[in-house]
Amino acid sequence: MSTGTGPLLHTPLHDQHVARGAKMVDFGGWHMPLQYEGILAEHRAVREALGIFDVSHMGEIDFTGPGALAAVQRLVTNDATKLTDGKALYTCVCYPDGGIVDDCIVYRRGPQDFRIVVNAANIAKDFAFFKEHAGALCSIENHSDEVGLIAVQGPKARAVVASLGGEHLLKIPSFGFASGTIAGVEIVAARTGYTGEDGFELFTPAAGAVPVWQALLAAGAAPIGLGARDTLRLEARLSLYGNDIDQTTTPLEAGLGWVTKLDKPHVPSGLDPLTRGEPFVGAEALARQKAEGLKRTLVGFRVQDRNIARPGADVVDASGAVIGRVTSGGPAPTVGGAVGMAYVPLALAAPGTVLTISQRGRTFPAEVVKGPFYKRPETAA
Amino acid sequence: MSTSRPPDHLRYTKDHEWARVESDGAVTVGITTHAVDALGDITMVTLPAAGTAVEAGKRFGDIDSVKAVSELFAPLTGEIVAVNDGLNDAPERVNADPYGDGWMVRIRPANPAELGGLLTAEAYERLLADGG
Repeated sequence: MSTGTGPLLHTPLHDQHVARGAKMVDFGGWHMPLQYEGILAEHRAVREALGIFDVSHMGEIDFTGPGALAAVQRLVTNDATKLTDGKALYTCVCYPDGGIVDDCIVYRRGPQDFRIVVNAANIAKDFAFFKEHAGALCSIENHSDEVGLIAVQGPKARAVVASLGGEHLLKIPSFGFASGTIAGVEIVAARTGYTGEDGFELFTPAAGAVPVWQALLAAGAAPIGLGARDTLRLEARLSLYGNDIDQTTTPLEAGLGWVTKLDKPHVPSGLDPLTRGEPFVGAEALARQKAEGLKRTLVGFRVQDRNIARPGADVVDASGAVIGRVTSGGPAPTVGGAVGMAYVPLALAAPGTVLTISQRGRTFPAEVVKGPFYKRPETAA
Repeated sequence: MSTSRPPDHLRYTKDHEWARVESDGAVTVGITTHAVDALGDITMVTLPAAGTAVEAGKRFGDIDSVKAVSELFAPLTGEIVAVNDGLNDAPERVNADPYGDGWMVRIRPANPAELGGLLTAEAYERLLADGG
């Protein structure tokens, strides 16, 4: 895995994107599709029918051996002891000071076999961090280059994946996963995503990504670029590492207290059952922050009038002093208008509070709102 | 990317805007197909009111695409005499018809000779070929 200087990295699906005429961009060192038909059309395709995303640039780091659970439990803020085989959970990984290393999904593949999927731009950093803080507890291997990952999202996602890969895939619960075969390729289908829609993320061997991608296209899926991935995740109010969360923010400030289990059980290393496990990395700092009380928090807002707040805009008080900052913002194609997220002082975090946003020499109001901007309609399934 | 050539009868800036002299001497301003292709779906165009003075090379408005915001720079010094209000409700007109319905403002130039400093279609095409 190379990072930094050098040529852009390619996923196993890179040539598919280029051949289809996608507009390609540098994304964290990867040459990735920004858009195919256009961001709005792709956004709509996912909300109304079916879209597929190449997310093979994301990293897969595998923990195996008797100490695997202890290692994962030491690294993540959520409680990995709650997982059973075939189940996954969303979590943060924190530095000792409580700042966020990454946000990830942990998959329990077996009692001594866990996979953590990490953000593409963070693979090298995360792998080094995992080895540093848990390398003594179990085998930790970076398999990112050997794995393809295709997100299949939208109201038709489950039916199409089941038609290609077997009806048994319909039984997978939210944050569950199971194996199947699509286009002759062995896949693992996880019922997860980053769009606010139902669907799967399909793990493939790197060499199997192309036939699975092509089978999904043949079944009517629209290919979706990173542009619509961002508008979809923003509408669903999902955090983006590097924008809404990073090493300068904590999970508590970011509204991710629900994946921060300060009182979760410590797991002794399987290698030495008499050892009492240690708290997870960052637990003490986060417990202290919780006890002292938060000073700022990440809120969602809806922009009033005809304005669009962008990342980096300031939140100001009545005197014009900067009191917060916008971390994500843009149009919300499905719900209409423009939305965003910002860190603000706790006193301004209540829903209904009107924030003043200052951007490019002008100010405009935005109202704090609770929960996701977009929620998919309830379905019978 | 569109491969269509810039229309011959317009003048251009290196910021991918076009200018057209109308019969009354006012200059209509918009952005080029190249700019539209680079921006993607346009969601909002922020323009000043008629009567606003603008200065050549200075920002006079913003154009938001789904992904980002870009600045509009005045090709000429003068006064804005008309604004395309239709873009308020239908900013996608800029995508659909950048040289027609997607026009942005009309400027009454303070010094019509400034027009001579803008690029011809040929020169603009050369700029694009050089990676503009």
